[in-house]
Amino acid sequence: MRRVVLIAVPYLWLLALFLVPFVIVLKISLSDIALARPPYLPQLDLSAGWQGVREFLSGLDLENFVFLTTDDLYWKAYLSSLRIALVSTLLTLLVGYPIAYGMARAAREWRPTLLMLVILPFWTSFLIRVYAWMGILSTEGVLNNVLLFLGVIDEPLQIMNTNTAVYIGIVYTYLPFMILPIYAALEKMDDSLLEAAEDLGCSRLQAFWLVTWPLSRNGIVAGCFLVFIPTIGEFVIPSLLGGSDTLMIGKVLWEEFFSNRDWPVASAVAVVLLAILIVPIILFQRNEQKAREAEG
Amino acid sequence: MKTPLTLTASAVVLTAGLAQAQEVRVYNWSDYIDEDLLAEFEEETGIELIYDVFDSNEVLETKMLAGGSGYDVVVPTGTFLQRQIAAGAFQELDKSKLPNLENMWDVIEERTAKYDPGNAYSINYMWGTTGLGVNVPMVKEILGEDAPVNSWDLVFDPENMEQLAECGVMFLDAPAEMIPAALNYIGEDPDSHEPEVIEQAEGVFMPIRPYIQKFHSSEYINALANGDICVAVGWSGDILQARDRAAEADNGVEISYFAPKEGAQMWFDQMAIPVDAPNPDAAHEFLNFIMDAENMAQASNYVYYANGNEASQEYLNEDVIGDPAIYPDAEALDNTFTTTPYPPRVQRTVTRLWTKIKSGT
Repeated sequence: MRRVVLIAVPYLWLLALFLVPFVIVLKISLSDIALARPPYLPQLDLSAGWQGVREFLSGLDLENFVFLTTDDLYWKAYLSSLRIALVSTLLTLLVGYPIAYGMARAAREWRPTLLMLVILPFWTSFLIRVYAWMGILSTEGVLNNVLLFLGVIDEPLQIMNTNTAVYIGIVYTYLPFMILPIYAALEKMDDSLLEAAEDLGCSRLQAFWLVTWPLSRNGIVAGCFLVFIPTIGEFVIPSLLGGSDTLMIGKVLWEEFFSNRDWPVASAVAVVLLAILIVPIILFQRNEQKAREAEG
Repeated sequence: MKTPLTLTASAVVLTAGLAQAQEVRVYNWSDYIDEDLLAEFEEETGIELIYDVFDSNEVLETKMLAGGSGYDVVVPTGTFLQRQIAAGAFQELDKSKLPNLENMWDVIEERTAKYDPGNAYSINYMWGTTGLGVNVPMVKEILGEDAPVNSWDLVFDPENMEQLAECGVMFLDAPAEMIPAALNYIGEDPDSHEPEVIEQAEGVFMPIRPYIQKFHSSEYINALANGDICVAVGWSGDILQARDRAAEADNGVEISYFAPKEGAQMWFDQMAIPVDAPNPDAAHEFLNFIMDAENMAQASNYVYYANGNEASQEYLNEDVIGDPAIYPDAEALDNTFTTTPYPPRVQRTVTRLWTKIKSGT
């Protein structure tokens, strides 16, 4: 009995926080747009009993999903989001790995402080940090003024409202999610392994590639997924820092929901997005499980 | 400073149900009131006022259609108001609680009745036109002395735009205003609901889209004032606010507003009470407070938008009532046009076209 209760708690959690919202979104994606409150039909009328449920079910169809295939905007936006997410993940890894490595190599008494510095930005609202980047990157912003003053450039750089600004915003925002798992993996590493490698004739670089890198692999994979998965659906960063030609599925979804007031099509876009994300999420789970088994 | 809209959106929901005293929750456009008025309202009526802001009709409409927003007073633009009334989002005003209605201006009420017959659900807060915010010295430096600053040619002619891209041009991210402006420019009916006509706007925007820095409905105020951009297609009062901010900052930036000579869109922001407002009585008190002649004048003097309150005109500053960019003369009013809401199918055409214009796909 106790076992059943223990197992039931996480499942109830999953049911309440994931499955129920998903079923609601799925239901809306099968409905039709209407001028009403809320703006879709059919509505489930429980007072009419079974008759109401049957009428409700007969009003659902896949029309909105078919509609998504008729316009190339949607798959282009999905592809463009995937590309931006991939590139940002790679950039975050390039920036994050050396930081995590440096932290793990630092003197033991310094590590809590360094860890604190990585986490510190979370104490400020995410939106305020993105707005701060607008102040730094704009034509009259801090960066351009400093570069102009130093004589590095003659004309202000147009970074704000371009994809470059989006990449900067994403890499900055998600960097801690990359650093922390890699640091966790590196910190656990036994230094004597490196000594052994060097004793056996490895140069320091070889020792890094043959020992450190493979041992931090789980951290790298975890970090990449933690950056990649939320970046695909990112909306705030592209809409604040990006230009009008930054095409991401989060923005398309916003347009469907707010500009077209078409909740059914917006829900269909969200359902497809989830389907796309399920593959990397499952891979992530499997990696975590393997890591746990290897430790256990 | 702009308030990030996502932040403010959640603030009210969190505080819902906590306060015991009588209160009223108002959801208005950003940069759209003299905040001293809010304190004055609390003092005068003893009602606690919770004030939140948004910067797009779409965000407001989604809240209204979802229901349960928790707001008592909201401020949609006429076309959006009309659709939301049809969806059953608002309650009829109890005019016996609004003695200050006698202050309202029939010239404006006639026009707003197009969206809200008999003005049964709403009162006019402010109105204005959609036109050009121009940093005239910067533009003349680039295009020469005879730059067409008071014409849609400035932004719809690709040759001008190609050169202006150098100093920066922003457009409103509001298809319901930008597409009618383009249709009006090519001599079509700006209020057309025919998809074939609407799609002609593509031909106006596609050649100029590479030169548009951004489509956004509030960033241009600061961008103009800071000198980050030299032209913005925007709302009259916002541009006049940019002019004022630049003057206050004394940064050498000079901004002017022009209602283009080919015709500018006229719009009306209306205050209405959601059908599920928790405090409808306090909401009526707020509307009545706003319709007080001196209060309304104070708001207009602060935000540089004209209002629909005739009695307030004697309290308006000379640089408001006397500025034809804010209170156009009768002839200029004839040169404006209004639009009506799109039905859902046509709305989809409009949004899709707008996405294509913004993103190129």
